[in-house]
Amino acid sequence: MRPSRTIDISTGLFVLLGFAAILFLVTQITNREFSLHSDSYRLQAQFENVGGLKPGAPVSMAGVTIGRVESIGYDMSLFKAVVTLRIDGRYNQIPNDSDASILTAGLLGGQYIGISPGGSEESFKDGDRVEFVQDAIVLENLISKYLFSQASGKHQDSSAPAPDSGAPPGPERTGE
Amino acid sequence: MIALAQELLGSLARFLERLGGLSRFTLSVLRQCPAALLRPRLVVEQIYNAGALSLVIIMTCGLFVGMVLGLQGHDLLQRFGSEESLGMGAALSLLKELGPVVTALLFAGRAGTALASELGLMRATDQISAMEIMAVDPMRRVVVPRFLGGVIAMPLLTAVFITVALFGVQLVGVQLLGVDQGQFWSQMRGAVELDDVREGLLKGLAFGVACSLIAVYEGYNAEPTAEGVGRATTRTVVISAVVTLVLDYILTAIML
Repeated sequence: MRPSRTIDISTGLFVLLGFAAILFLVTQITNREFSLHSDSYRLQAQFENVGGLKPGAPVSMAGVTIGRVESIGYDMSLFKAVVTLRIDGRYNQIPNDSDASILTAGLLGGQYIGISPGGSEESFKDGDRVEFVQDAIVLENLISKYLFSQASGKHQDSSAPAPDSGAPPGPERTGE
Repeated sequence: MIALAQELLGSLARFLERLGGLSRFTLSVLRQCPAALLRPRLVVEQIYNAGALSLVIIMTCGLFVGMVLGLQGHDLLQRFGSEESLGMGAALSLLKELGPVVTALLFAGRAGTALASELGLMRATDQISAMEIMAVDPMRRVVVPRFLGGVIAMPLLTAVFITVALFGVQLVGVQLLGVDQGQFWSQMRGAVELDDVREGLLKGLAFGVACSLIAVYEGYNAEPTAEGVGRATTRTVVISAVVTLVLDYILTAIML
């Protein structure tokens, strides 16, 4: 058996290493940047459709993350989704006529809220509501809109001599 | 036909007997835990045996698991043109699945077998009976400290494994295959929640309890022959691996 001092030292090293690893996992690879700032404020925005937006999604301005989506609820009287945003207190100069839109990061990325600044002199305060919003784009609605516009376009052209040549083959295949 | 049915009934009875024995054993181990904590000296020694001695194999395997994950993940993700998600995908799969499970399998192979064969040999050489004669409770003196050592060591080993593996992913993904370093870490940070870390560590703890318990049970109840010790060691690895994977499914279903 080895002397117990060596065992103690190695065990201590092992435990230290283990806790260092846990600390690394907790602080370095999780998103806790905004929970550290206590001086944040809340904004509310009402959307017809939030798509795949989830609590914790980033709120960004010009691509810089300035806050996170805190919660998403549904208002039964307005029939709208109510999204609560938590904005970092450092960014307290946002004009109060800025608009919020739900955007998608990349092809496979998650959805986030983009805020583009308005021209008002006054800025948002805690509890304010974002008046100008743009809903999430639902792919099915987009496709059906495109299909309907194609169909009505074709209907108008039906008097033309070659009706088939004008229409692109894409939407017809999707429509089958 | 009747012989076959009897055989089946017999093995079912043996299985139930073992399960009952394991339950009784678990209860008596848990009852002795507070008493064993009063003698931290023994537990520290077992943390050394189960944890510090497993560190080298855990870190080596972690590095290579991470490096393979980097290669495979990069190959898969570049088909979609999103290599930058490598950090996120690797971190989530390591934290939630690979980390705890591979650590538990390695732990069963490295520390579990050591525990089972040590206890089995103590049983075979009548050391345990000698303790009973000297009015020393072998459960308290030998079994429980080994169990606690394994339980304490496993979550720490899991955390070390995941950390080393992440650096392995980083090594291959960023240094070798040229994924952007900033994107790699920031996408990882954006996607990983504190709950994911908690899930990984909880799984590690649960697997630690299961693997240590199986190892000490098999060792303590080994047949007191050379053959019996060998069989107990084999059974420790096999049962630990199966229980780990089944438990993993149950825990994932609960925590998802």
